[in-house]
Amino acid sequence: MDITVNILLTIATAATPLLIAAIGELVVERSGVLNLGVEGMMIMGAVGGFGAGHLTGSPWIGLLAAIAMGALFSLLFAVMTLSLATNQVATGLSLTLLGLGLSGMIGTSFVGQPGVRLPNLDIPVLTDIPVIGKLLFGQDPIFYISIALTSAVMWFLFKTRTGLTLRSIGDSHTSAHALGIKVIRYRYLAVIFGGACAGLAGGHLSLVYTPQWVENMSAGRGWIALALVVFASWRPWRVLAGAYIFGAVWIGQLHAQAFGIPVPSQMLSSLPYLATVVVLVLISRNKRLTMMNTPASLGQPFVPDR
Amino acid sequence: MSANHDGANLLEVRGLTKIFGTLTACDHVDLNIAKGEIHALLGENGAGKSTLVKMLFGSLEANSGEIFWNGQAVRITSPGVAKKLGIGMVFQHFSLFEALTAAENIALSLDDGSPISSIAAKARALSYSYGLPLDPESLVGDLSVGERQRIEIIRCLLQTPQLIILDEPTSVLTPQEADKLFETLERLRAEGKSILYISHRLEEVKRICDRATVLRHGKVVGHCNPREETAGSLARMMVGSEVQAVVRAPVEGIETARPLLEIRGLDRKPATPFSIPLKNISLNVRAGEVIGIAGVAGNGQGEFFESVSGEVLQQDGASVRIRGKDAGGLTITGRRLLGAAFVPEERLGHGAAPRMKLSENLLLSRHATDGKAFVGTGGMVKSGAVYAASQRIIEAMDVRKSAPDPEAAALSGGNLQKFIVGRELDRRPSVMVVNQPTWGVDAGAAAHIRQALIELSRSGSAVLVISQDLDELFEISDAIAVMHNGELSRPMPIAEATFEKVGLLMGGAEPGHAEHTLETA
Repeated sequence: MDITVNILLTIATAATPLLIAAIGELVVERSGVLNLGVEGMMIMGAVGGFGAGHLTGSPWIGLLAAIAMGALFSLLFAVMTLSLATNQVATGLSLTLLGLGLSGMIGTSFVGQPGVRLPNLDIPVLTDIPVIGKLLFGQDPIFYISIALTSAVMWFLFKTRTGLTLRSIGDSHTSAHALGIKVIRYRYLAVIFGGACAGLAGGHLSLVYTPQWVENMSAGRGWIALALVVFASWRPWRVLAGAYIFGAVWIGQLHAQAFGIPVPSQMLSSLPYLATVVVLVLISRNKRLTMMNTPASLGQPFVPDR
Repeated sequence: MSANHDGANLLEVRGLTKIFGTLTACDHVDLNIAKGEIHALLGENGAGKSTLVKMLFGSLEANSGEIFWNGQAVRITSPGVAKKLGIGMVFQHFSLFEALTAAENIALSLDDGSPISSIAAKARALSYSYGLPLDPESLVGDLSVGERQRIEIIRCLLQTPQLIILDEPTSVLTPQEADKLFETLERLRAEGKSILYISHRLEEVKRICDRATVLRHGKVVGHCNPREETAGSLARMMVGSEVQAVVRAPVEGIETARPLLEIRGLDRKPATPFSIPLKNISLNVRAGEVIGIAGVAGNGQGEFFESVSGEVLQQDGASVRIRGKDAGGLTITGRRLLGAAFVPEERLGHGAAPRMKLSENLLLSRHATDGKAFVGTGGMVKSGAVYAASQRIIEAMDVRKSAPDPEAAALSGGNLQKFIVGRELDRRPSVMVVNQPTWGVDAGAAAHIRQALIELSRSGSAVLVISQDLDELFEISDAIAVMHNGELSRPMPIAEATFEKVGLLMGGAEPGHAEHTLETA
């Protein structure tokens, strides 16, 4: 029984950074902006979070620093693509490259240093309930943030006026502009939100997952988050499903490798990617629904004619 | 400006000027709109009408000039400011969001925080009271163009504006839908609201407008009472010169002529959720005749053109036959080699590569059919021959340009269209299929293109014209068929066709029913 609980806990830990980064990017893309710099913002969040936590000794300050770092880094992207109307794909890619390099440079002195870890939730009595106690009341704080964030984004996008406005900008920025909606301002806020989320996801890596600094420790998670958004056809609950499927198969194949199953390890390592894509493609078979949810102006620079 | 309107003017515009780079789109424009009048803004494409109204609605900022609203000087810096003043706008190119519902689209333009459900109820009530029924829950992507326009109008009315600007509202409507719109406008006028009505359709301006301001090349060239003018005199004011009338000599013995383009039971499944399936379309176009296909935009004309031109191949090779040969399985080039020519709707990016020279665009479409003339041994381009041919077309079609061989994008829409049509005509094709030959083309160029198409047919070719402009189809066609929801009616000989009959078919009246009335008539 304990083993099952532990496996479930590790799945949640593996899925959480993917979920947070993907939910942030989902909001960005729903506003019509394609930010391929998730990986870069994430690793900046990781190094910022680790550094602040290590220097102050407080993982909470580390957490805030991770969020701020991601947001700040995305602001760079926002200025380039929104105010200067540069190509979003090229800018996003260079943001990732810059983030990977810059974080390595910032982090040289952190390598091998002890980190601080965010404590898991521990509520007397509740956490001690067998099986569900640990799962529901004994995880790290970011896990709870990720679930709350997903619900909040879902509610925001589909139940609020501001969310409707954001979606409308993603559908057609020219129509939105003609109605007097401040396209650029909305997109700035969306991009910064996405950056903050990516930073938080990075903070999870260096403050919860493995509380230390290792260069390139984001290990492609930013790219997976990006792919999740597309395969989930821009719908939050599908992003959640995708992140957890990925996490589950990832942990599953690690255990399979440990048991020495006679399957090449490369094959097992590729399983999470394969399984996630297959499942998400299957649930988004409805072409019509996919069309409705795809932001039609995604990736197109917007220059208002005045 | 007539002085008797002063004091009662809702809107006064003085010396409004807008400059884009080297182009003065609006040059010291004056405009007065009284309370409770329908004021027409007339002008050709590119005369500055859209620029002017965008400044009135705050989407564009004027370089200089003044705007007075109820006698007070105002600065309209954004659409939000315009809405607060009481100016509403129905856009020419719809500013709707396809992936959202009608109610959500309406909610987006209302600034109050009322929930979407109550907006839906209000929109439904208002739409029925004006006789423009609307289902607020429907997805805009699924709606016809006429229905989309209703959303725009309802959205505008919900803001209770004092001045409503309508930019070319009838260009996408059936005649019956347009009648409905005119009733709504007259009712609004009776309620004391003012309407600025932009159109180049002179008959409807004469019918509903109280006054007119005419723009040409960004300048106001005249004011008039449209009811006292004729369509001809209004056209002269707009164009600045006489517009040549198109001449169409009747053809005889067409029944026995050989069909050059045969379409038999053409079916096509929808490629995307928002596209229209084609259902069992059959049509013969004979040597010597022009057949027009009417229809409200978005009823499958684009899909039909793609199927006929070979942009999309057919499963059944015999569903499209050109000069007696099965062409359904052939590509565009294959069909061109059989003697067909095609002019798509979109000029830039479809009919021509924008950043390439006219001569290069000529080569792109005719390298296969005119391989011997344009391409030498080893695939080397004979640029001299290509250049000479493009100059020949430019001269034949009277294409006005600023350089000897400019980029396609450097030409105005009308001139580029003349070149693209001329490029195909120059081949003397035996089958010509054109989608929207004169969309956005000024009156003079349009007459030129229409005349050229008629002459091509009279020299023994089969010409098929798809258009949303009924005036155009009645001017050039020997028979008119109507496309509605992916189905094509039987072609009606022009002598029997009336606006009303065609309009009914465009609105979806059963083809069989209309034919029946034809026979009894």
